[in-house]
Amino acid sequence: MTGEAIAFYVLAAITLASGIVVVTSPNLVHSAVALIPALLGVTGVYILLNAEFLAGIQVLIYAGGITVLILFVIMLTEGGTGLRVRQRNEQGPIAAAVAAAVAALFVALAGGRRGRGRFRRTRRARSGRVFSARTCCCSRGRRSCCS
Amino acid sequence: MLLDWGYVAIFVIVGAGMVSLPFAIIWLISPRSSYPHKRETYESGVEPIGQAWSQFNVRYYLFSLIFVVFDVEIIYLYPWAVVARSLGPSAFSSIVIFLAVLALGLAYAWRKGALEWA
Amino acid sequence: MGVTPWYLEALRAVVGTIIIFSGVAVVAAMLGVLLERKISGWIQSRIGPTHVGPRGLLQTVADTIKLLQKEYIVPQNADAVIFASAVVIVPLAALLDYVVVPVGTTRWGPLIFRDLNIGVLYFAATSSLIVVGILMAGWGSNNKYALLGGLRSAAQMVSYEIPIGLVLITISLLAGSLSTVTIVNMQTHLWFIVSQPVSFLIFLTAATAEVNRAPFDLVEAESELVAGYFSEYTGMRFALFQLGEYGEMFAMAALAVTLFLGGWHGPGLPSVVWFLIKLYALIFVFMWVRWTYPRFRIDQLLGFSWKVLIPVALLNLVVTAYFVTVVHR
Repeated sequence: MTGEAIAFYVLAAITLASGIVVVTSPNLVHSAVALIPALLGVTGVYILLNAEFLAGIQVLIYAGGITVLILFVIMLTEGGTGLRVRQRNEQGPIAAAVAAAVAALFVALAGGRRGRGRFRRTRRARSGRVFSARTCCCSRGRRSCCS
Repeated sequence: MLLDWGYVAIFVIVGAGMVSLPFAIIWLISPRSSYPHKRETYESGVEPIGQAWSQFNVRYYLFSLIFVVFDVEIIYLYPWAVVARSLGPSAFSSIVIFLAVLALGLAYAWRKGALEWA
Repeated sequence: MGVTPWYLEALRAVVGTIIIFSGVAVVAAMLGVLLERKISGWIQSRIGPTHVGPRGLLQTVADTIKLLQKEYIVPQNADAVIFASAVVIVPLAALLDYVVVPVGTTRWGPLIFRDLNIGVLYFAATSSLIVVGILMAGWGSNNKYALLGGLRSAAQMVSYEIPIGLVLITISLLAGSLSTVTIVNMQTHLWFIVSQPVSFLIFLTAATAEVNRAPFDLVEAESELVAGYFSEYTGMRFALFQLGEYGEMFAMAALAVTLFLGGWHGPGLPSVVWFLIKLYALIFVFMWVRWTYPRFRIDQLLGFSWKVLIPVALLNLVVTAYFVTVVHR
């Protein structure tokens, strides 16, 4: 298990756990504050994809701007008192079925571990990681092709 | 380059630990004698009147909204700033038009009173 | 050239982090607070604290030890999770700024924690994280004054982030890169303060407002809002917020040294010494301004940012872009 894989799983766990708190918490302010680790987890994934500019602006705009906006809105309305909001409704089972279908679609496209799906892994390098030639020289530390 | 961000990740983790270190020290050596009167909300020495939340003005929201607009404008300027020197006068005129449109937006907000606190 | 094994890199990162945290805690928080009291005393024709240690130098150490043993009081009906996590977010975000600050140069390269490719953008991003921490602190206290202080502080800080962003873009335009080390290296012949005096003034003003210092400190004025968003925090938590504030002030000053005053460049003395001299010169200016000017009202504060600083910064950016792209091609 390479370091990148461990980092990805940790970030994915943080994002998913925070996301679950965002959509299920009956306290609106908790819901909004849990957005922050979710967005920072996505920032980490961007960094793993070598998109550091995108990661920087994700923190600047989303965590720094949108979250502030959402918190202002919540505090200006009744949500700021910590009143309990109903987070479930009668369409739960249908929504779960749709979500499962979409997830199955993603898994089929990615093809699981053996790479038999549509977007198979194209190249394997010595360390077994998947990357193209461009990121190859970046991860080997040659800064010249990364700037 | 991922190594750089690995350093930053370690900085965050170790940093969070070091910032929480005083809490450990406090838990060990600070006194604990909590009683209800001590935990009352502070309001200049009198009993707190009403709830903590009250009707706040919408101007806070307006300011953060305009901030988001200008923040997005700034992130468009960052990549341009890095490569502007090699792009020449055509890029300059494009950016001037972009900034003029946004300055127009600022002027509109100014005229409409969105930037007033009163 | 072989690749360093990962555990050695990790060890290097951990040691660097501990050095930066301890350094900032001592230099920014302890020395900074002491400097504040001594300089304010000098400006007000009195001596600051002299009792603890030689000439009062150990005053902040005594203060810290006192604060460490205060009781942890959570106000009733306060949201415990948000109340506690705000204390960690604010100083952590302030200290994250120091990753891209170069303090000197050695023969093995610049003395910086990590020279990120997006250096200046990273600094702006971590500065914007502090706002969220302040909102959480204000709301989590279940206190009208704290909430009001937190909301006002957040409005003020986001308003002044735009001029700072525009100034950062102008300097990146001149240097052609977002990396702080590159920006310092571009100033070997001419410091950017000479070619960009307006940017320097905008940055200093906006930085003063960004860290909630006078004359922009309405949100923490004792006569107005008790202590603003950290009214309900006792003991060490209060000290951690102060660490966040002073750390952010020192980080802004360090960035100003990097962007405008040529970083570590200087004849004769070692580079780190030059950096510290310039840093403390700017800190002295910050403190001088604090104890000289009266406080602005909140509407004057916000109007100044949106109606004065942003148009001036935009104009400055356009003029600089003209010179960089058209004239000096």
